[in-house]
Amino acid sequence: MTELGIPIPHAPGFIANKTPRIVTSRFDYEDSFTIERYEETGGYQGLRTALSKTPEAVHGEVRDASLLGRGGAGFPAGVKWGFCPPGVWPRYLVVNGDESEPGTYKDRLLMELDPHQLIEGCLIACYAIGLSQCFLYVRGEMAVAQERIAQALNEAYAAGYIGKNILGTELSVDIVLHWGAGAYVVGEETALIESLEGNRGMPRLKPPYFPASIGLYGQPTIVNNVETLSNLPWILSNGSEAFKAIGTETSPGTRMVAVSGHVKRPGVYEIVNGTTTFRDLIYGETMCGGIRNDAALKAFVPGGGSAPWFTADQLDLPFEASQVGPEGSMLGSGAIMVMDETTDIPAAALTLTKFYAHESCGKCVPCREGGTWLEQIMRRVVNGSGTKRDLDLLIEVGETICPGDFPHASNKEKGLSAVPFPYKMTTICFVGPSAFAPVHSALTLFREEFEAKVAGNSDRNYVEVTINA
Amino acid sequence: MTFFTEENLELAHEIIGRYPKQRSAMIPLLHLAQEQAGWVTEEAMKQIGVLVGTSSAEVLGTCSFYEMFKRHEVGKYVVNICTTMSCALLGAEELLEHAETRLGIKAGSTTSDGLFTLEGAECQAACTEAPCLQVNYRHQYRVTPSDFDQLIDELADPNNEETPRHGVLAQIRQHIPVERSVGAVHPDLVNVPPVWIEEKKEANS
Repeated sequence: MTELGIPIPHAPGFIANKTPRIVTSRFDYEDSFTIERYEETGGYQGLRTALSKTPEAVHGEVRDASLLGRGGAGFPAGVKWGFCPPGVWPRYLVVNGDESEPGTYKDRLLMELDPHQLIEGCLIACYAIGLSQCFLYVRGEMAVAQERIAQALNEAYAAGYIGKNILGTELSVDIVLHWGAGAYVVGEETALIESLEGNRGMPRLKPPYFPASIGLYGQPTIVNNVETLSNLPWILSNGSEAFKAIGTETSPGTRMVAVSGHVKRPGVYEIVNGTTTFRDLIYGETMCGGIRNDAALKAFVPGGGSAPWFTADQLDLPFEASQVGPEGSMLGSGAIMVMDETTDIPAAALTLTKFYAHESCGKCVPCREGGTWLEQIMRRVVNGSGTKRDLDLLIEVGETICPGDFPHASNKEKGLSAVPFPYKMTTICFVGPSAFAPVHSALTLFREEFEAKVAGNSDRNYVEVTINA
Repeated sequence: MTFFTEENLELAHEIIGRYPKQRSAMIPLLHLAQEQAGWVTEEAMKQIGVLVGTSSAEVLGTCSFYEMFKRHEVGKYVVNICTTMSCALLGAEELLEHAETRLGIKAGSTTSDGLFTLEGAECQAACTEAPCLQVNYRHQYRVTPSDFDQLIDELADPNNEETPRHGVLAQIRQHIPVERSVGAVHPDLVNVPPVWIEEKKEANS
């Protein structure tokens, strides 16, 4: 077994720690992805436990565990499962392995290093709520994850864990590996379903808010994240009480968090939910060990590229949604991107805005047009050819996507008080607002850097248009 | 006119058979077509339309939405350099510029020998190993300009077999053994719960 806080060579990115390890427990083994290692280390015991109980009891166990979804929205999995309308069959399970939020990678590691754990989680979910087929949607750009999952599925079929009469019981489920083909928006669950139906991956109009009522082929469909499902074998083997003993009451268990950017030891860590703070993660000796060259922290993105930014003022917030939300951001997909004092803030914000502008599916006009304009205006500001007027224009364009106050963090130095998460939006999904989030955060927290970039440029060519009634 | 080889056609039918509705096989089949030819040809889209029971225009509609499907010939190796935040903070722009100079092409184009297509790409889920890139969707971590040069030299070697050519995504495929398969059923043909669920309790809950 590996020492604490030490990178594992065969799992690039992952850093082992002394915190309880629920989903990464096998990462220390070089052959963690094989069925032999999986069975040797308690694998498929959670499924056996589940099969010894009634489906309702298994659902109850997961509900009692208060397992929050790990994909971004943080909705309790057990409650989501309960949204399937009674008497409507068949029901499907769709696994969201289309991880592509900037800064995020945990699902890729879980799929590459412990695919059997995910498969076991899928089977437990199918048993509990009567899902008759499971589709494992894996992001296209992850060739290795697809190979590992394909191999694991083939092994598990041969060993009798998947398919007809699993382990000699009545449970009969097929799991189908489905390849994505490169589209960030497909991570949105209704877009994922559209994609799985063979269509362009565009989000569906809401309501219905949950595919649990109308999903794949119009049938009740549970869409769960890879990390969420990977928790199920442990919960079934050890019980919901043991799960709740880790973390806090409202955020039990652990979470995988990727910390990247200007830190000494960037990595993916499994941390205790609810109690670990951003300071622990960024400065902890067994975690990131501080900012590179012992520089000062300028800002960090706390929950994936879509999240409004934090500064040193928010370092002591724990990984707990109920505390991060009121402070103006979200935990999202468990990704922290750290910027040190040398960072060119407008340029950094542009790298995210261009991402969301590029990934807009084009369905909603405010996102398709607004995102593109945000990127173009940001580009000229960053290049030094913007004008002062552009800085207001950025906010104006942003307000067409998110009308009203946009969430931001408090800042003692600047006398800012926080505007809580979330925001209002004029788009179906979060891609549009996400293009604005980095622009808004950067402009609110570091306006002087933008002003320096446009200083001296006249507002030539700008004509105020007034419309007479 | 058929596009798929006999072997791939068989595989295509196997893939279609896994889905309750055949149209769901569209993306997997586009991948299969790209694997066969290195890119997605019009003939491929026509045949996929026939196979999944829709028009070739519908196939084009789906195909054109997804970044990985190339509708024109690309290099043997597609090199995607991530330019999103974490990589950008640690030198992705410089790496991309170096790559453009080294290969003598702009991002988005292919070298005249048909070996390399260079692309500026978005987040590849390896943010702690920045700057990163992918060659045919396989990662390279913490790439310096000299690492990049070495990588290009290795790939340019005709004896290199480590990285499969563009189009070949996963080299291991899922195969569901017939005797273990539950089988996909059209949703309209099912209106009862699976056998391990007791309907009565469900209806009351």
